[in-house]
Parts: sequence; C-alpha cells; structure tokens
Amino acid sequence: MSSNLSDLLSGDDPPGAGGYPDPAPRFGFFTDTSVCIGCKACEVACKEWNHVPDDGLDFTGMSYDNTGGLGADTWRHVAFIEQRKPLGDQRANAGVVDLGLPSFTKPGQAEDAERGEFRWLMSSDVCKHCTHAACLDVCPTGALFRTEFGTVVVQEDVCNGCGYCVPACPYGVIDQRKDDGRVWKCTLCYDRVGEGMTPACAQACPTESIQFGDLDELRERADQRLAQLHERGITDARLYGRDEDDGVGGAGAFFLLLDEPEVYGLPPDPVVTTRDLPSMWRHAGAAALTLVAGLAIGFLGGRGR
Amino acid sequence: MDSSWLARWPVLRQVTGTDRPGKAAAAKSRRSGELRARTATADRVVKSICPYCAVGCAQNVFVKDEEVVQIEGDPDSPISRGRLCPKGSATLQLTTGPSRRHGVLYRPPHGADWQELDLDTAMNMIADRIVATRRATWQEEHQGNRVNRTMGIASLGGATLDNEENYLIKKLFTALGVVQVENQARVCHSSTVVGLGTSFGRGGATTFLQDLQHSDCIVIEGSNFAECHPVGFQWVMAAKARGATVIHVDPRFTRTSALADLHVPIRAGTDIAFLGGIINHVLNEDKYFHDYVLHYTNAATIITEDYADTEDLDGLFSGFDEDSRHYSFDYWQYEGTVVAPASGQRDQEHDERVSRSGNVHRTARGEAHGSGGAAVEGTPERDETLRHPRCVFQILKRHYARYTPEMVERICGITPEVFAEVCRHLTENSGPDRTSEFVYAVGWTQHTVGSQYIRAASILQLLLGNIGRPGGGIQALRGHASIQGSSDIPTLFNLLPGYIPMPYAHSGQTLTEFVEADSAGKGFWSNMDAYLVSLLKAWWGPAATPGNDFCFDYLPKITGSHSAYDTVLEQIAGNCAGYFLLGENPAVGSANAKLQRLGMANLDWLVVRDFSLIESATWWQDGPEIQTGELRTEDIGTEVFFLPAAAHTEKSGSFTNTNRMLQWHHQAVQPAGDARSDLWFMYHLGRLVRERLAGSDDPHDRPIIDLTWDYPTEGRLDEPVAEAVLAEINGWDHTGTPLSAYTELKADGSTSCGCWIYCGVYADGVNQAARRKPAREQDWVAAEWAWSWPANRRILYNRASARPDGTPWSERKKLVWWDAEQGKWTGYDVPDFEPDKSPDYRPSDDARGVAALSGVDPFIMQADGKGWLFAPAGVLDGPLPTHYEPQDSPFPNPLYGQQRNPSRLLFPHEHNRYQPSGSEPGADVYPFVVTTYRLTEHFTAGGMSRWSPYLSELQPEAFCEVSPELAAERGLVNGDWATIVTARNAIEVRVLVTDRVAPLRVAERVVHQIGLPYHWGPNGISTGDAANELSSIVLDPNAHIQEVKAFSADIRAGRRPRGPDLPALVERYRRRAGITEHTGTQR
Amino acid sequence: MSDTDVRHDDTAPPGRDAVTGGRNGTGGRRRRRGRGEQPMVPDAEFRSYYGRPILHKPTWAAADIAGYLVLGGLAGASSVLAAAAELTDRPALARTGKLGAAVAIGGSLYALIHDLGRPARFVNMLRVVKPSSPMNVGSWLLAGYGPQVAVAAATAVSGRLPRLGRVATLGAGLTGPAVAAYTGVLIADTAVPVWHDAYRELPFLFVGSAAGAAGGLGLIGTPLSQAAPARRAVLFGAALDIVATKRMHDRLGMVAEPLHTGTSGRLLRAAQALTVTGAVVGGLLGGRSRVAAVVGGLAALAGSACTRFGIFQAGITSAEDPKYTVVPQRARLDEPAR
Repeated sequence: MSSNLSDLLSGDDPPGAGGYPDPAPRFGFFTDTSVCIGCKACEVACKEWNHVPDDGLDFTGMSYDNTGGLGADTWRHVAFIEQRKPLGDQRANAGVVDLGLPSFTKPGQAEDAERGEFRWLMSSDVCKHCTHAACLDVCPTGALFRTEFGTVVVQEDVCNGCGYCVPACPYGVIDQRKDDGRVWKCTLCYDRVGEGMTPACAQACPTESIQFGDLDELRERADQRLAQLHERGITDARLYGRDEDDGVGGAGAFFLLLDEPEVYGLPPDPVVTTRDLPSMWRHAGAAALTLVAGLAIGFLGGRGR
Repeated sequence: MDSSWLARWPVLRQVTGTDRPGKAAAAKSRRSGELRARTATADRVVKSICPYCAVGCAQNVFVKDEEVVQIEGDPDSPISRGRLCPKGSATLQLTTGPSRRHGVLYRPPHGADWQELDLDTAMNMIADRIVATRRATWQEEHQGNRVNRTMGIASLGGATLDNEENYLIKKLFTALGVVQVENQARVCHSSTVVGLGTSFGRGGATTFLQDLQHSDCIVIEGSNFAECHPVGFQWVMAAKARGATVIHVDPRFTRTSALADLHVPIRAGTDIAFLGGIINHVLNEDKYFHDYVLHYTNAATIITEDYADTEDLDGLFSGFDEDSRHYSFDYWQYEGTVVAPASGQRDQEHDERVSRSGNVHRTARGEAHGSGGAAVEGTPERDETLRHPRCVFQILKRHYARYTPEMVERICGITPEVFAEVCRHLTENSGPDRTSEFVYAVGWTQHTVGSQYIRAASILQLLLGNIGRPGGGIQALRGHASIQGSSDIPTLFNLLPGYIPMPYAHSGQTLTEFVEADSAGKGFWSNMDAYLVSLLKAWWGPAATPGNDFCFDYLPKITGSHSAYDTVLEQIAGNCAGYFLLGENPAVGSANAKLQRLGMANLDWLVVRDFSLIESATWWQDGPEIQTGELRTEDIGTEVFFLPAAAHTEKSGSFTNTNRMLQWHHQAVQPAGDARSDLWFMYHLGRLVRERLAGSDDPHDRPIIDLTWDYPTEGRLDEPVAEAVLAEINGWDHTGTPLSAYTELKADGSTSCGCWIYCGVYADGVNQAARRKPAREQDWVAAEWAWSWPANRRILYNRASARPDGTPWSERKKLVWWDAEQGKWTGYDVPDFEPDKSPDYRPSDDARGVAALSGVDPFIMQADGKGWLFAPAGVLDGPLPTHYEPQDSPFPNPLYGQQRNPSRLLFPHEHNRYQPSGSEPGADVYPFVVTTYRLTEHFTAGGMSRWSPYLSELQPEAFCEVSPELAAERGLVNGDWATIVTARNAIEVRVLVTDRVAPLRVAERVVHQIGLPYHWGPNGISTGDAANELSSIVLDPNAHIQEVKAFSADIRAGRRPRGPDLPALVERYRRRAGITEHTGTQR
Repeated sequence: MSDTDVRHDDTAPPGRDAVTGGRNGTGGRRRRRGRGEQPMVPDAEFRSYYGRPILHKPTWAAADIAGYLVLGGLAGASSVLAAAAELTDRPALARTGKLGAAVAIGGSLYALIHDLGRPARFVNMLRVVKPSSPMNVGSWLLAGYGPQVAVAAATAVSGRLPRLGRVATLGAGLTGPAVAAYTGVLIADTAVPVWHDAYRELPFLFVGSAAGAAGGLGLIGTPLSQAAPARRAVLFGAALDIVATKRMHDRLGMVAEPLHTGTSGRLLRAAQALTVTGAVVGGLLGGRSRVAAVVGGLAALAGSACTRFGIFQAGITSAEDPKYTVVPQRARLDEPAR
C-alpha cells in the first residue's frame, strides 16, 4: 500500500507505466558535444518547426552565445565555453606562448592557466525528458504528460499557467511565456515523432552531434563512444544523464560532456523534488496534528485569565 | 459544465484505466490525440536547393493550400544527407517571413521619401531609361578602335541567382552593348579562376565535397570551413572518423579550429610566405612525388634565358615596365616555343600603344582560364633529369630558397617547431598511397596577390602529387548558391559564357583574328572557335551567318578594366548613369562602402531588386553620409526603383554549387504581390526594350532586334520557362536536337550552345540537373545526382590518379585507370580524358588540337597537357607566387626591397586613401592588423540574414574580436564599445575579448590582430556599422579582387563620434600619419 | 594508420565517430605542461556558466503566492479555533474565527487565480486527481474546505440554520489544519534550494505562524473574557515558529544564507521580532488590557505575514544564484562513497 502510495506520489518509469495499450520504445536524444561545431542549426530548426518566437536581441559577450539559456522561447541552446586548458592532444593556438603582456581573465576562465593552452567547448542543451520528471509530477492540471514515446510534453490546450513546473525543474528548462501565460518547452517534436520522423534539431545537425533514437540503443552507442574517447586519451569525456540510478532516474535526453556539468550550466547532481514528497506529506501531517493539539490545549484549563 | 466535458474528464480515465497517477494516457488531451505533423498533412513536397552558400544542400519544400509550410533538408542528397545549417534551417522565415517586401517602391530625383508604384509602370519607366541612357552614352569607337558599346549603364549581382537568370542578364546586356556587367564572383572568388585556371586548366575546385572522406590530411587555410560551410564540414568529420589529420591555419581560433587537431595562428596576409616555406621544405628534403612531378607537371620544361627571378631583381621578375607597372610575358616563356598567353599576343604587341594607361593588363584576362589554360605553340624543351639550371624545377628551388622556417617565423609569426609539424603531416600523408587536400575560401582570394595565393597552393599540391586523385586536390569553398555558375555563365565584364574572353577592342575586329589571338594550338581549348560560334548562334540565331562572321561584330568590346570597382569610379566621374543591383548589396558588401554610395549618389537612375530594403536601396534617405552631413537627401538626383524579388521557392532554375554541380530547384509556389524572378524581370525588360527599338534602322540597335528572345512563358505571371533557357544553354544541332557533349560543337554554325562547358546538362532533352537518385542507392560518387561540368566529372584531371602507364598509383587510392582489354579508360568517376586515348599514345610533331596531347598528359585543357608549377603566361603579376606585404601593413617585407605587389591596381581618390606601411613614417598610427570574415549565423552583406529574427538573435550586433592582451593595452571592455579607424573611415562595434585571438611575435615584435565580421549595416533587425567602411579599393591585377582580408588600423575604446565629428576624426588620423594622395601608391 | 581507402561499400565509420585531440591524432610529440594542465578549480570558488542561474526562479508574484500562504494559514488555523470555540461555547471567538477564515480563504483563492497565466482555466486544477502535485491536492482540499467555511460564516452572520452551521464549522475545523500545513509542502516540492531543503521544517513553521496569526486575529476580534485560547494560540504559534526557524537555520548549511541576508533576511528578522512581540504583548499581557491584546494581535498577524514573505523571498534568492544549486550538489558528489 505504502509503495503504491509513494508510486502515486512520485514518478513512474516510462514507458512501462502510463496506461498506453502498446507503448512504443522510449525515444530520446544523445547529444555528443565532442563533435558539436556550435553552428546553432538546432536552435533555428527547432524554432522554425515549432513556431517558437525569437528570444530577443542582446549581445551578451559570452563567447558566441547570445541566447543565454533554455526558456519558454528557446528549446535548444548552444553553450560556448572558452578555457585555458587542452582538449586531449589537440594543439590549439599552436606555438602561441604567454608573451607576458598585460592581460585579464574572463568568467569561466581559470586564473592560473597559461596562455597557449586553449580549448573551445560547444554543447547543445535541451529538455532532459527525465524518467522521473518533476515538472510532470507537480503539474496540477495534467497539462504536462508522459507520451507513448516516454517523452514529457506540455499540452497547450490544457495548461493554465500556474507556473508550478517552472521552479520544480532541477535543470531550469521549462518556463512561462509572459505574453501568453502558458509554459513551454521542448516536445521532442511529439508531432514529428508521431509520424516516424526525426525531431527538427537532430535532422538539421550537420555533424550528428545531436542523435535521436531508441533510448536503449543510444545509451549503448554512448557507452561505446565514451570508451573510444577514453582510449584515445580524451580523459575529460563523461556521460551526463546516462545513469538510470541518478536523481531523476536517468534522462531521456542525455549528453557526452568534456567538463563538469556546472561548467555548461547544468546541475551536477539533480534530484527530482518529488522523491521526497512522501516524507514531505508525513511532515505536513505531523504539523497539522501539532496544530490541532497545540490549539486544543489552549482551550483546556477553563476560562478566565 | 456540460456532460460531454464530464465524459472527457481525465479523472474518470484515471479510475477506469491503468494510468492511476494521471500522468500519461489518462491526462492526454483531445488535441494531443489528434496532433499531426504539418509535413504529413502537406499537399505536396517540392524538391529544392538551399539559396545560401554554395555547398548546395538539398531541401524539401512542403506546400499546403499554395503556402509553403515547412522547409527542411532532403535526406536523399549525397552532399548534405538531409542536414542544414542555421541559415538553411531559416529559409522558411526567409521566404515566408514578414520582412519581405512585395510592392514596388519609387524614389523620384531629390525626393525625401518612397512612393508606391505599380509594376507595369515601373518596368516601362526602366525600359525607357535604358533606351535613353544607351542612346545618350553610345560609344562607336574608343581610341580609334570600334567598341560599339555603352559605358552609361552597369549591372551588379548574379551569384545568388539561377544560371538561367545569369544567362539572360549577360545575353541582354551584352546585346545592349553594356559591358559593365559584374557580380559577387568578382569580389569573392575571381582570383580562384585565375589561380586554378592557369595551374590546371580549369578555374573550378578540382574535387568535390564527398571526396574529403578519402583524405589522409586536410589543410584548411584561408577558410573557416565549419562556420561558413557547416554542412559540407560533415565530410571533414567523416575523414577524421577515418583517422585523417586536420590542420587549420588561420589568424583566429574558430569553430573550425575547435574541431582540428592542429590550429596554427598566422599573421593575416602572409600565406604565400608560409606555403612558399613548405614548397622550399618539400624541394630541399626531396619530399616531392618524383614520378608525378616529372610526368604530369612542367617541372622539366626549360625556360627562356630572358627570365630573371625575384631573387635576382630584389622582388621583381624580368619584363617589368615601370611606367605601365605591368609585366611582359615574353620574358617568362618556355625555351624554343612561342607562348601565347590567353590574354592575347596582340595585346602584348599592343602594349606600346596603350601602356601609358596600362589598359591591356587591366582586362583580367587571366580569368579566361576558367576552363582552358593558356595557349602554347610548338613543343617546349624538357630536361627529364630536372637538373638543367633553367628548367622549372631548378628555378622553383632558387625562387623559394630563402623561404626558410626562420623566414616563415619572421613573416608569419609561426614558430619553426610548429611549421615543421605542418610539413611533417603534409609530406607523410602524400605519395602513391596517401593523399592530402587543401581547402580554402576567400581568406586566400581577397588580397592584392589573391591569384598568387591560389597558385602557391597549386604548386605545392602538384609537387606532392595530390591533384586529380581521391582525397587530394584543392577545394575552393564558394559562398553564394550559384557563384560558380555566375562565373561559368559570367555576369562578369571580361568573360563570355564558358570562360571565352570578352573581345578586347583591338584583339581582332574579325572572328578569325579574335580566335587566332586567343585560342590555343593544342588541347581542348584549341576548339574555341566552335565554342564561340555556337554561342553566337545561340544569341543571334538565324541572323548569325558565316557571311557576317556570325554577328561577332555585335559583341561590344572592352578597353581595359570595367570591373565593379572601376564602375564605381566611373559613376563618381559621371560617366555611368544607370545601375542595376540584382541581389547584391555593395553599400555593405564591397570594399570602401562610402565610395560605393558616393557612386550611387551620382547616378541618374538605380534599380534595386531584393527581398527587403537593403542599405544599397536606402542610402539616399538614411545612409552614413546623410548622418555625417556629407550628403543631403534633397541634393541627390538619383532616381531609385525598388523591385521585390522572388525567392528560390517561387521560381525554377539551377544553382551551380562549389563543386561545379548544377542542381535544379523547382518552383513550389507563385511569388506574392509584385515579387518576380529575375528571369521574369530580364525577359520582360528585354521584351519592352525590343518593342521600343523594333522599327529602328540605327545599326547599333541591330544586336537587340536580331537577338533570339522568344522564350515560352507560363502561368498568370507570364513567367519564362526556365527549362527552355537551360535547353538553349545546353545547345542543339541544326535539327534542333539537344546536344549531349561539347565535343559535338562545330565552328560552321551548324550547332548552337549558350555555354559550351554546360553542354550535356540537357542531353537527350532531359534536365540532367534535376536528377535526384537518392544517395543510398548509389556509390559515393553519386554520379546520378544532378550534373557537374565538365561532362559530369566530379574529380577533375583524374587521369592523374593513375600512373603514366595507366595503372593506379595504389590500390588504396585508385579512381580512374586504363582498361587494356577494352582499350578505354574506366573507374569510379567519369574519366577526365579522351576515353580511348591509350597511355602510350604519343602525338606527332605536327599534331594539332586535342590530338597533340599525349597519353600521359592529364591536364587536357592545358596547351602542353601539364600542371603548371611555373606559369609562362596568363598570370599578370609573375610566373611564380612571391610574398609581398598587403597594401596597408605594419611590417616591411623582409624578403625583398619590393614591399607590395608591383602590379597591383590602385585607385587613388580623396575617399580611398592608402596608409603608410612598414618602416614608412606614420605607419605606427595604424598599428594593428584587421582581418574580415563571416559568421555561421549571418550571410554575406546581410540581405538574407539580418532581416531574419531567428538568425539575428543569434548574432544581434556588429562586433570585433580582440585578445585579452590588446584589450588590456587599449582599455577595451568585453561587451562594451570600440571604435576602429583607418584612412578611409571609422566604425563602432561591440567588443568580444577572447583567447581565440592571439598576439603573435612577428619580426621580433608583438603584433595584435583584430577580427571583424563584415555582415552588418544600419538596416534590418540585427544592425551595426559595416566593416567595409574601413577597407580600401586596391586590387589584384589579374582578377580585380579587393584586399579586405588584411589591412592595418587603429582601435580605441568607446563609441565613434556622430555627425561631422566622424569625418573629422578620420581626418585627424590621416594628418597624424602624414597621408597624401601619393601615400602607398609607389611601386 | 588512417582508414581512408577508396571503396564502394559503406563500412566506413560515420562522421560522428570523429575524435578531436585524440592520441595519434597530431598529439604524440607534444610537451604536456605539468601545471595548467587540468586546473581543478576548488569547489570553494565554484564553477558555473558565466555565473548564470541554473534554475528558473518561480514566475509567481510575491503578493499573490506569499499572500496566498499567509491567508491560507490564517484561514486554516482560524477554522480550528472557531470549531473549538463552538464546542467550548465561546460564541464570540467562534464568530471571529468563522468570519476570519471565510475572508482569508476568499482572499487566498483570489490570489491563487489571479496569479494564473490563464485564469479562465482555473477549473483545470480539478481536471485530474494527482497526489504527486501538492497544488492539485490543495485544489481538491480547498474545494472541500472552502464551501464549509462559507456556510459556517454565512450561518454565523445570518443566524439561520444553526445546526447546518455547526456541522460546517466542525467540518472546516477538521480540514483547516490540512489547509494550513499543505502550503509548506507546496513550496518545498520544488527544486528551489531553500524551499526544498527545508521541507521538514516548513510545515511546522507554517502551522506555527498560522496559529500565531489566527490567535492574533482572535485577540483583536474577541472580548477578553473569551480570548484566552487565542492568547495561548499566539504563544504556541510563536514557540513553534521560533523552534522551526532555528532548526531550519542549523540544518540548511550554506543554503541557509538567504535566510539571514538580504531582503529575505530582513523580513525574517522582522518576523521573529514581531512574533516575539505578539507573544509577549498579546499572549502574556493581552489578558489584562484590550489595547495590549489588539497590539499583540496585530504584531502576531504581521509576524506571520513577514515569515511567509521572508521564506518566499529567500527561495527566489536561492534560485537566482547558481551557487546554492551547485555547491551542495557538488559536495554530495565529492564526498567519498560510503
């Protein structure tokens, strides 16, 4: 019973549950940032397909990233990170040595690193389509739901813009479109996938940095890729969101990164908030009883001062 | 709440179904249940090609209710495999977005604002102006030579248009006697045509993108491959996946460098020194491919003793004329032969007469090597031992002897250690069973020595034996959808279709004289008479007869340089009154943007055809000169017509991609409002002009009256049938049967062909360019996808992939070989050789034409069948590439007393001042090196990207890239403003401080480089000052391409002054630097 | 050795297998620098993406949602007081509780709807039954609680249907505690560091401040003769509030920072001061003077409000600065696996 309850309270395991007669294999993205060329085709292809409005014109000075991050009007975001450290045996700015000239460092740059060591990381971020999705769990209307493909989608005909999913997401993905009131995020091209097509971003990606497919196959491929990179001396390579035992039960859209997640603006160890929901309810119950008790006591000891 | 709502109440499904938590099936809404992809519900899918760069990605255009609802990559394409870059992905917004205009606008002389105008009226007004201006400015003669032309009208643009459109533009304007017909090819890749054409015989890239996967080492230099051609870059990734080494040589660490194994920062403008250093290394260390070099190049050929090298003359070759500042080819010729450069023997003889103006050498005849090298008469002497002191091989050794690693470091700022590493990779990966490929773009072409940059790479690739072989070659990446096409069917002043030179006023008044002067005795170019006569038949049909020289006389004659830049000065001088801008934005995209605008401000009338109101259409109202008060709108008499253009989805036609491949795009929908294709515009404009001249008995109207101009039209817009134009380009015989190969062309007038190198694109009456057999159903060559010139060959000169005896150099790199049993050449690609000419065929001494080439001569367009290490003719500024400093450079040339290219073209003008260089006083006023370039997120001068919200938000403002060191030195703050100043102008841009730009140690001192993307202008959504406000007009003498990849400037923190204070600031700098009209103009 | 042979099959590895910077790329002879090699930045100076927040901060307007928290608590606790007063025959106190609860819940309902991006779709809150969504649970709770409060108040004012009124009052009194307590879960069930990490204390803190508020209202609206339970409620609430706050500060570590710094810090300090004032003036002296009772009552109400607004603001702050997300998670990962 209690397991049944906590099952109701926290996330389910797609696509097994969900009540679909014949659930398709779970689909997802494997974004291999080690072959990303930062062209941003994914950002534009996504917007063209999903009619996402432009996200405003501001020159950020953050390398080539003038998008900033994911939001209601940005469902794919390419991060650019300039670092004074090498990428394996790559020779960047070969022969350039510290000329001992006056200089200064910028955010994301290690103070002590030498000039001449350099690498430029690029990574296309997207909704993680978590196995245990907080946005989906906390949505009071059922606007957010788990599709037959194991993805997490907002239903624009249902959402009432309560905004609960926004702070619930441990990755800062979903957000509210102010003039519209509702929340928006990547649908993993629910409509395209329904037709057996590839999501717009993955189809456009010139270097297959964004790979779409059956999640199990993608995980297998990612493991091989990681092994290949480690064997070739790219020891910085690591998978993010691949582990099915992590705080969100593994991501439907996972990544191969070349540095710590936080460097890309990703939480290092995200946990679905509803994991603690049963305990929260228990504490709330205790608190409620305390209130009753506390107030009741006040009525004992008769009247008078 | 009604009961139906109750029935759909998810809570009921939660209770009844298996989705208890209500997070999946139970919560699914009706809309979600009925959701369909709009691609699935579209009425039809139309096959198209991306209109941006020249990779030529295939697109599927989805149409619903006659509206384009989606555009995405076509997975069938062997080139793009369904992928698209951000620009390609934004084509839906480009073609259907709100930024596009659909109405005609008219600005009367001195008018303060636009007026609306209906299309018919506009067309008739324009036709009237053409007729009037033409009549008023008609030239019968020039300096005593018959020219029958008008210098009063000019046109610019074509690289973004279809081949069919370029064909009509060139055909109509030439018939009208307009010679100033130019397009983006001039400012982007004209030097490619010279460099590759003189070296190998054809001016196109020698290979194709998919073949990159066979390369063992890829050197990307002068190109930002990953950013400017992202979808093509997938083939570099394929090579990497197969273990290839990728080297990126570039002043900046770019998105290309990020994926390279080795990034080599170089001082902008010094690549010839770098490549020369590698050539020197290859020769000294005996790393060259001996058998290849001996048999397939002119290494063994002996040069006349009149030849003197730059080593002997301190930076000059023999034959330099101090007054005209040009060379005579006579001093570089093969021993025992008469070399006839394609620019014409008669021109040489004629020099004396016109040398004062240097006219002859301003005709950019080198580009006539676009398909067909220079001509050679007789049989050159050879020394097979390569030891003769005057053989090309030894001359080459001497010429590059001082290009040592130390010299490379001194000039380029590249350490000997890094230089050695590049040499190692390149030489280790070249030879019989390994190949290396060079990839370049406008980082090489846009210099005063641009043609020589390409020559240097050609020499190196010939020495390493990498030309004509899989994974080898030289890949020229072009930036407009059909910029190769607009060179092949040239909207260029100095060429006729198929790289036949435009007749020069005195290069023969008769067809025969002209052909004798320009055609070669040997090789395929010896059939030029057939190509030219067939062209004249295509243009003047029945009127062209043997009796009247096939109307050769109808062709207007050129008398010097009439390039886009010369035209600007003609406009300022008041000689050019009418100007057509067809999809080009010179007010942002051409060097010295201010001069461009001043030229337009002095026109009588201007016609702009584009999607939106680009800067070249609105300068009279809100241009920079209006802001500074240098011009006042009411003083500007230019009449301006703005005509909305149709998008690629709204018309049918062919684009020629960067690898000479013609790909057809089909019309998906009709253009809205007054938007029309340029095919429609040129055809109907021609029709209206012909109506006006119909009755005329004036002889100079004959070319128009006799012009074949009866194209079928279709639809309610009377759109000319593009395929009919393609058929004319392909050509037919006297029975009207389409030809299938240029070998069928005749000089007797029995065949007609609009562009001989495109002959075969309509073979059997089938549009070969529209072929779309999916890649997965073909081998890697994918010969049945579209059609490539020449003769659908994908790798040029591929006979060189086999040994002299016809067997492959190696099993690994076999491509084309001699099949002895069948007695024919065979292989994976179409052999670029006479199919049945045996490897042991040797011509008799009196053999002429193609028969004069032996079975071991792979460069069949060359008169001697060899790849040219040494160019005895054809390249106006020297037979061998030599390092000269850019026009404006902070450094002296350490190699020679000769600082700059002695025969560069200068345009002294009060608004085109040059700066002191090297050790000259005042050089320190402009201490930094600026290099300009593109970004992935924008397109050229911005006309197709700055009006797109999706692209604009990705790079919202003009900016420059500087190193933290320079930032600290000049107090520049990341994200803040900086002002960049040259002798021409000053601009303000945002600052991006980045390690990707590194200070280099050059000639014992530190030099800072400034990266400056050039996309921006004041109009559109994403705005900023144009980088070309800073650049000067100074040109490569061969191709007339401007030097915008390297010039010096100063940078200071903060925004630029407004109003009159801006020119004042620039003037203060000029005074400090002591700049006069003579500065930088000395030899 | 590269694998670039010309061949006709498609056995070549796909481009996505490309490796940049791999050994036997160009590598090999490169002198690796010892330092600057892998500049491991200590977690003290944590790393982030240009200092940008990782989380999206709540889109909720403070006035709406913090206000909702205040009023919801006031209503819930007031209903309990009202019910108890009804049973122990304290009509004035009961009346105050009923009316107070009715007004408060009305206001909180208004705030909740007002904050929606699509208010017209408020009814969708009842589209599903979702225990995993505290807001959904809350909606159903209010659906049950609201009407009872309304009836209780209506009957109290009109004096009609006393029996029904009594039932409604007792019903509201039973559901009231849930209404007061669930709001703690509502905000704790997010990724907002301060809110989530405090999920154990928040319900107690909130019922505590609810009791204080309800007591305060009782003090103001009830003659001294019947106000004793209200005074004790204020004392009880203050005690619970102070204990919960203390625990929260201790347990949250660096994440507790926003609880004592910035706007949120000021609000919470004010909350504590007002709560203590309310307890002393209202709870201890309020029995002797009506003035003290009113002043103490107002202080208690204000204290409750400051607590909710303070907690709300602390959450926003902790969402805006990536360090509150990164540092604890990083520490969690770096601590040796047990």
